[in-house]
Amino acid sequence: MPKKIKRERILVPEQDPKARIHNFNEVSLGYTMELAIEEASRCLQCPYNIAPCIKGCPVNVNVPGFIKKLIEKDIKGALETIKETNSLPGITGRVCPQEEQCEMHCMMGKLGDRVNIGKLERFVADYAREHGIEAEVKMEPKNGKKVAIIGSGPAGLSCSFDLIKKGYDVTVFEALHSEGGVLIYGIPEFRLPKDIVRYEVDYLKKLGVKFMTNVVVGKTLSFDEIMKEYDAVFIGTGAGTPRFLNLSGVNLKGIYSANEFLTRINLMKAYKFPEYDTPIKKGKTLAVIGGGNVAMDAARSALRVGYERVYILYRRTREYMTAREEEIEHAEQEGIQFMFLVSPIEFVGDEDGNVKVVKLIMNELGEPGKDGRRKPVPIPGTEFGIEVDAVVFAIGQKPNKILCECVEGLEVTDWGTIVVDDKYRTSVEGVFAGGDAVRGEATVVLAMGDGKKAAEAIDEYITTGKWKEENNSENI
Amino acid sequence: MRNMFKIVDIEKLAERIKRIEIEAPLITKNAKAGQFVILRLHEKGERIPLTIFKNHPDRGTIELVFQEVGKTTYELGSYKAGDAILDIVGPLGKPTHVEKFGNTVIIGGGVGTPIAYAVAKAMKDAGNNVTIIAGFRSKDFVILEDDLRDASHKLLITTDDGSYVRKGFTTDVLKELIESGEKIDYVFAVGPVIMMKLIAEITKEHGIKTIVSLNPIMVDGTGMCGACRVYVDGEIKFACADGPDFDAHSVDFDELMRRLGEYREEEKLAMERYMRGR
Repeated sequence: MPKKIKRERILVPEQDPKARIHNFNEVSLGYTMELAIEEASRCLQCPYNIAPCIKGCPVNVNVPGFIKKLIEKDIKGALETIKETNSLPGITGRVCPQEEQCEMHCMMGKLGDRVNIGKLERFVADYAREHGIEAEVKMEPKNGKKVAIIGSGPAGLSCSFDLIKKGYDVTVFEALHSEGGVLIYGIPEFRLPKDIVRYEVDYLKKLGVKFMTNVVVGKTLSFDEIMKEYDAVFIGTGAGTPRFLNLSGVNLKGIYSANEFLTRINLMKAYKFPEYDTPIKKGKTLAVIGGGNVAMDAARSALRVGYERVYILYRRTREYMTAREEEIEHAEQEGIQFMFLVSPIEFVGDEDGNVKVVKLIMNELGEPGKDGRRKPVPIPGTEFGIEVDAVVFAIGQKPNKILCECVEGLEVTDWGTIVVDDKYRTSVEGVFAGGDAVRGEATVVLAMGDGKKAAEAIDEYITTGKWKEENNSENI
Repeated sequence: MRNMFKIVDIEKLAERIKRIEIEAPLITKNAKAGQFVILRLHEKGERIPLTIFKNHPDRGTIELVFQEVGKTTYELGSYKAGDAILDIVGPLGKPTHVEKFGNTVIIGGGVGTPIAYAVAKAMKDAGNNVTIIAGFRSKDFVILEDDLRDASHKLLITTDDGSYVRKGFTTDVLKELIESGEKIDYVFAVGPVIMMKLIAEITKEHGIKTIVSLNPIMVDGTGMCGACRVYVDGEIKFACADGPDFDAHSVDFDELMRRLGEYREEEKLAMERYMRGR
């Protein structure tokens, strides 16, 4: 250990905000080898069984372990250490909320800045990818059993990785034309380049995972057909149904769900219209309603497709926003205008039905609700309007119901999430579920963790042939 | 492992209207009348919905009928047998609800008639008495006449300008049918939004159960984006997942019409660019 530990984090190079709002290239440029090792050297190397970073990680990555290998410039070793528990480091290194997980209780925090674990993980994955370094994976012999995975998002991808390693024949069904789910249609290129997602999917294909795109289970193939052909099924269909507020004018032209806005841009490349065929409405001013990561993604994407003024309209105050601090800061740097304590009450359009004005009302924070967050309470007489050319709703999503509607006996909550027990077992024998389809809306890494743990449970079920003794299902 | 979708046959039915038969064996397995597919021609293509005209599980193909109205449909119209479409997903949407209603009237306007055909055939197979009212602009635009005759007990064709069979709109024919005292238990209408709106007004007055098949703009087609949202009885519904069929007397047609024009300028731009490049 060096005698004097640097208290401050090594800064990660980023694209200049003035330049980056005109392109979709990645904002964070990532560490160089030199900077990565300098940052890695700040790690105190807490022992495995007490390291708070490992405990804080939903998939328990051996953080001090991979950092040690990184300091030794053993990238392959570092990658293999991460991949013991995390199959998608290039993705989690970018989109995990590390500040609430691995980095939250980092011991370095007592002396100075916490170690930038996320960016180090990303460095290892990127360096390996760029230099053709692959982790060696121990593949168990084929066991002749087949598992179907519905949905190719983070939950499905991580589940497929663990099952293919265990010797299963794995097929992943995807409704869209590209694999990756929310990683492809939802998270923007400037936060998660799509080449990285494709690289990870290609890697799984190399290991033998079969992907069937353009297949909607429940439509193209019935759930019964899947059940007949496979020994077990994992449902990882995410939370893809957008919510709108049923306010006057909500269906005016130029009002989008974040899903539609982001899908047009990310999946369909509408920012390259007319070279690409999918259009997106352009204008001067756009307002995003919501305060989560999806709201930040939509607002920052809007700047990049050419909107000059972009508002984030949030009903509470800054500290209540659910978006990651890094995303909020990036949005602020880029000139996104935040309006707090406002709620939309009506949308007004022109004679052609294009949205022109969002009418808002001011809120004050009232008593805390069930979730402990103070509720916004409208203040009568404070109504006002802002002129807009487009509006994006980023107020949350519900699970997609197409699949659930067609699985007989599948227990779902009022909110539409699938009910599972501690082993990710649903109310239907042989059917497991995880990720946002179960959680509502959570994070990429929690979905990956679910996929991984479900893979274990699937293996146990197929090996022992035992389902639950009694029905003691509870929501996780 | 990427399955392309090979075009087996493409035929011009009328000016700018084409019928296309495509290999899509997986889609044929569960496709039913009233359902649609979403296709993407190539890497740079957009996703557009087209309703299934005929389904052939025996030979693993589906048939679609489309009108060349924008860049993507013009481009599709330029494809030849042997060419392939990059992506097709389906069948999407809920199938049309089919049961024995009694006397059914299936109304198709223009390129809505292929869907009217599929629904009429399913209704006829279910033991209904089926009358088809098919409306076209003029004689040159009359399509699928033999198919429509096969799928019905009675086929009533009308043209806007009277150049074939008779002059008048589908609404005129429906009114006459009602006035003639014929008992009608069920109406299904598909075609231009204005036609569906007017049909709905007539049947509402006479208390006849009526279903319409809606055709809003869609992106994913699986309930994920909400581009296709319509007001039905004051509630937001997604045509791709909750429809495309809805109770005609509950749909806000004016709003649907407005929303269909959302990208008119962009569509024009894409079209001009495509035509220049040809």
